[in-house]
Amino acid sequence: MAAKTIVCRCEDVTLADVEHTLALGYRSVEEVKRYTGLGTGPCQGKECMLACALLCLRAGAEHAEPFTSRPPVGPISLGALARADEEAS
Amino acid sequence: MKRELKPTAGPPKRACDIAIIGGGVMGLAIAYQLARRGCTDVVVLERGYLAQGASGRNGGGVRMQWSTEMNVRLMQESIELCRHFAQEIGVNVWFRQGGYLFLARNESERARMERNVALQNKFGVPTRMLSAEEARAIVPELDIRQVACACYNPKDGVLFPWPFLWGYAHQALERGVEVHLFTNVESIERGGGGFLLRTSKGDVRAKRVINAAGAWSPETARLIGVELPNRPHRHEILSTEPLKPFLTPMVSVLSSGLYFSQSMRGEIVTGISVEDHDDGSIKLGSRLKFLTTLARELVALVPRLAEVKVLRQWAGPYDVSPDGKAILGEPPGVPGFFLACGFVGHGFMMAPVIGKLYAEWLTGGAKHEVFEQCRLSRFAEGTVEREDMILG
Repeated sequence: MAAKTIVCRCEDVTLADVEHTLALGYRSVEEVKRYTGLGTGPCQGKECMLACALLCLRAGAEHAEPFTSRPPVGPISLGALARADEEAS
Repeated sequence: MKRELKPTAGPPKRACDIAIIGGGVMGLAIAYQLARRGCTDVVVLERGYLAQGASGRNGGGVRMQWSTEMNVRLMQESIELCRHFAQEIGVNVWFRQGGYLFLARNESERARMERNVALQNKFGVPTRMLSAEEARAIVPELDIRQVACACYNPKDGVLFPWPFLWGYAHQALERGVEVHLFTNVESIERGGGGFLLRTSKGDVRAKRVINAAGAWSPETARLIGVELPNRPHRHEILSTEPLKPFLTPMVSVLSSGLYFSQSMRGEIVTGISVEDHDDGSIKLGSRLKFLTTLARELVALVPRLAEVKVLRQWAGPYDVSPDGKAILGEPPGVPGFFLACGFVGHGFMMAPVIGKLYAEWLTGGAKHEVFEQCRLSRFAEGTVEREDMILG
């Protein structure tokens, strides 16, 4: 893989970005997310999380739990939420 | 400056001058400011990763618009420190002074606003009262039918919280401070002219201890037999898809606690107060009720945002003190144990100045009056002055 290989398409995080973060001593998916912005775009990590976890393990992490899943499951408009049935919430 | 930011590996050193419990913005700001003054025999003990707690979960707002003289003056200095943070620390924190625009819905809020603006003006903060139409001139997307008036300080701003932590941690590490992540303090014993902290990564003796554990500070204080009156409260935020820059200030509605701003990434970052069942435990779960409550308020105020999509929501723990003011200094009977907690969701913006004042005091300099005003014993004495500009 080349350094410019994209790991997170939503936020343009490259393999080099992730490896740099791991080289700084960070070892968890949560930390890589915060240092690079990986997984904070429209897919919320659904495409990049596995690759990130594997890179963490390869760098010597003992665990590579996924970062906390954030609702909503997919992007949803504020207008739709504003119209949502109050009872449902 | 080296670009590396390696947290300290291995167990903490066996003895130090100052142990700081909590590697959030407050603990790291104090550590950095101590190190700058040559006090580097310092160990920071963080239970999780950097930015795991409220420091990594807040909206990044920094403002001078407060209702008490103390908070106005502290935040004037904190914002001044933020302005120079990137140059001083060598990290881009995306600090942007787009102002804070507060909106009032009725006449009683207008009176409250006028009172606070007069106080802020007295100390040189350029806040001014605006009509609803003038507020709309600043944010043309506002529907002002429900707006009575507004106030606006162009010098307030927003920043990106995470690099703030990395910057402080890096600079402290560079100067010889130890920063231990994933290190839990399990017990604290007094003796030998100081404290013995047993941590998940080994014991460390400290002459002095600072409790900067935020919402976790009551349980940390309890390790040494001190009961604190602050309680955790879940506060939720959401972030939308990125948009072209259109929104200059942070906008906030006094009555509902709604606030929203546009980050330098283009996302709308927004939160609101939603009732919760506070039982003393820290809850960080996300609720649909927050999404719907916020969406109704926000879309009513800015109808054009209806088509904008929410990408994610999350929660952070406010560390709520009974009178809305921080809890600082040494509790009665435990000299050498210092509190830096109870900031009610505003610890991030206060940290730059509190870190500086704490370090001045602990390195033999002047003890700022904030430490007396914010002492723990005020609750027992009944001498409290309420801050009314608490949001969220």
